[in-house]
Amino acid sequence: MKKIIVLTITLTLGSLAMFRMLHAQDAKINISGPGGQPSLAVIDFRGAGAAQPVMSAFNGTLFTDLQTSGIFKMVAKSLYPLQNPQRPEDLRPSSGQGLALADWAGSPVNASHLAYGYTADQNGTLVLYGYLNVTNAPTSQPLLYKRYFGSLDEGGARKVAHEFAADIIAQFGGASLAGTKIYFVSSRTGAKEIWSMDYDGSNQKQLTFNRSIDIEPAVSPDGTKIAYVSFAKGTPHIVLMDSASGRTMPFYNQQASLNSSPSFSPDGSKIYYSSSVSGTAQIYVADLDGRNFRRISNSRAVEVEPKVNPKSPNLMAFSSGRSGPEQVYEGSTDGGDVQQLTDGTGEASNPSWNPDGLHLLYAWTRGYAQGAFNIFLMDTATRHYDQLTSGAGRNENPSWAPDGRHLCFMSTRTGSAQIWTMLADGSQLQRLTTTGQNLSPVWGKGN
Amino acid sequence: MFKRMKPAALWPHLSAVVAIAVLAAGCGGKKPIPIGPGSGGNIPTTTNAGNGKPTIEFTVEPSTIDRGSSATLKWSVSGANYISIDVFGAVQATGSRNVTPYDTITYHLKAEGTAGTSTAETTLTVNPGNPAVPPPVTGDGGSNVSHLSLPDRVAQQIKDVFFAYDQNDISGEAQGILTADATAIKSILQDFPNASLIVEGHCDERGSAEYNLGLGDRRATSTKEFLVQLGVPAGRLRTVSYGKERPQCTEATEDCYARNRRAHITAAP
Repeated sequence: MKKIIVLTITLTLGSLAMFRMLHAQDAKINISGPGGQPSLAVIDFRGAGAAQPVMSAFNGTLFTDLQTSGIFKMVAKSLYPLQNPQRPEDLRPSSGQGLALADWAGSPVNASHLAYGYTADQNGTLVLYGYLNVTNAPTSQPLLYKRYFGSLDEGGARKVAHEFAADIIAQFGGASLAGTKIYFVSSRTGAKEIWSMDYDGSNQKQLTFNRSIDIEPAVSPDGTKIAYVSFAKGTPHIVLMDSASGRTMPFYNQQASLNSSPSFSPDGSKIYYSSSVSGTAQIYVADLDGRNFRRISNSRAVEVEPKVNPKSPNLMAFSSGRSGPEQVYEGSTDGGDVQQLTDGTGEASNPSWNPDGLHLLYAWTRGYAQGAFNIFLMDTATRHYDQLTSGAGRNENPSWAPDGRHLCFMSTRTGSAQIWTMLADGSQLQRLTTTGQNLSPVWGKGN
Repeated sequence: MFKRMKPAALWPHLSAVVAIAVLAAGCGGKKPIPIGPGSGGNIPTTTNAGNGKPTIEFTVEPSTIDRGSSATLKWSVSGANYISIDVFGAVQATGSRNVTPYDTITYHLKAEGTAGTSTAETTLTVNPGNPAVPPPVTGDGGSNVSHLSLPDRVAQQIKDVFFAYDQNDISGEAQGILTADATAIKSILQDFPNASLIVEGHCDERGSAEYNLGLGDRRATSTKEFLVQLGVPAGRLRTVSYGKERPQCTEATEDCYARNRRAHITAAP
């Protein structure tokens, strides 16, 4: 991989420039993928019989999934022809009204691809018939045709929309976010508890009910487990939980006043964490049940947030006060070869590895007052970095999405701590939460 | 006895004497009229400074008391339109006050008239006597605390200590607070033999939640270690870090930040 990914974003999103604080050579993530950017038209799907009332949720979810993937140039629906095909049998060689692929390929739509289909209530089950065609192909044979099944309600409509969107995105080599989950801390019940939601903010669900302080969630690489820190037994300690059922699993905490900052190894077999058993918070690794723990770092400073590199499992990033104010470091998982990644200005924390093992998101106060964090992106090979947020409240807790192109983070730009997502170029900004204070999101695969 | 000028410096060794001094300002030729001490300690003094200046009679009786008793200060002034006594301020031309000073004291009276100002003073000698020895000082300064619950004792007698930004060192000021805290804690732990205490470490909102948990842990630990050095039993102190999770205030001001960078001690439930 090239050390600097030269970005050829063709997105016409004017907001890009606003989020830029240009460094001589910025770190960049390739958003659009290889082969240029397809332009996609997606009809408003209709439902037969009892399926129609849930189609608003379906169409909204499908469009959002495809748009936020960042892969497509989405064609505005106001440009669509009057008639829409619902199945390949509706397509004609020419119509001028929308029932020919040429109507979608030509001006003003200029779509390279058309997604269409319909849903129906079949014996109480919602069935989606989804198609994707290339508009300038000589044949009406779909590139993609698939049936999807869901419950006959809005939840089922969103589920089949996510699955269809994921299959469309996969056609272009993208990884869909559909089905991915964001785990986060919310104070909306009055106590900090762990919650989960779909990546688009729907399905917000409370996972812990300790009425204590539950913070710092981490998600396993396969999405099936989460680890977090709870004060439910007095001192902060690590709890392991099945992310689907909410059932806690055994985890041995060392006899220390503080066990915190859990994260999973890339193969999901180990938990890295920070413990004060030596008197100061230091980094340890243990088996998934907390046994066989081993000390990694050996300093007199607070060392937290160990994050193992997904491509180089012998490397980890972490944050430490070993040279003064907190900074982000990289080192071997046996404790050696420690190098400071951030240059010592301000305070830096919250490292999160891109799945590529090269690009690191983190929060940094560089250029701002103490505590005034913004989200930064660093190419760890060159140490070149780029600032993704600027000035609008505190922006912290960045976490990469499994697709390696999106991130979620906490921002106080609206006056309260809320969770937002965006593409790694600063575009496609979405706010996901509104109630209470919401923070520390981590983005995992679906469970 | 009667003296002119600067009488306050003259009497400390004459414990049973009430002095009355009259100064007729600017008058060098006239001597004040001396009045001998009466057998009852009542020493009425009259002065006529001449030249139309105010005339003052200023006494205290008895002139010597035991600490805790009272004496009566009396005065009578003529020819003045403004009269003041140092400890009372403005007074009427004739009057009296009960006084109960803790130590020997000299009262000063000043009378201002159209023709000039006259002053007089009188000293009340206080014998300390032989008071009983007070009970030994406890953590709350000796007041009765036996009725207080453990959480109340802890809340009232143990003070928070504060830290600099990103630091867990015990400052000189914090050492003073913790020294007093240690005395109070030892007394509390004696009175509640089954109790144990929790040292909480807190941080301001700047910095990551993860780092602040570690920092708060160090603040709690260094506070505990300092208390243990002063003789507080280590086994009865536990530590917990709340990082920035339980702030006392949430404003983004240096004052609020400073209040949140603290170690706080509570009773273990």
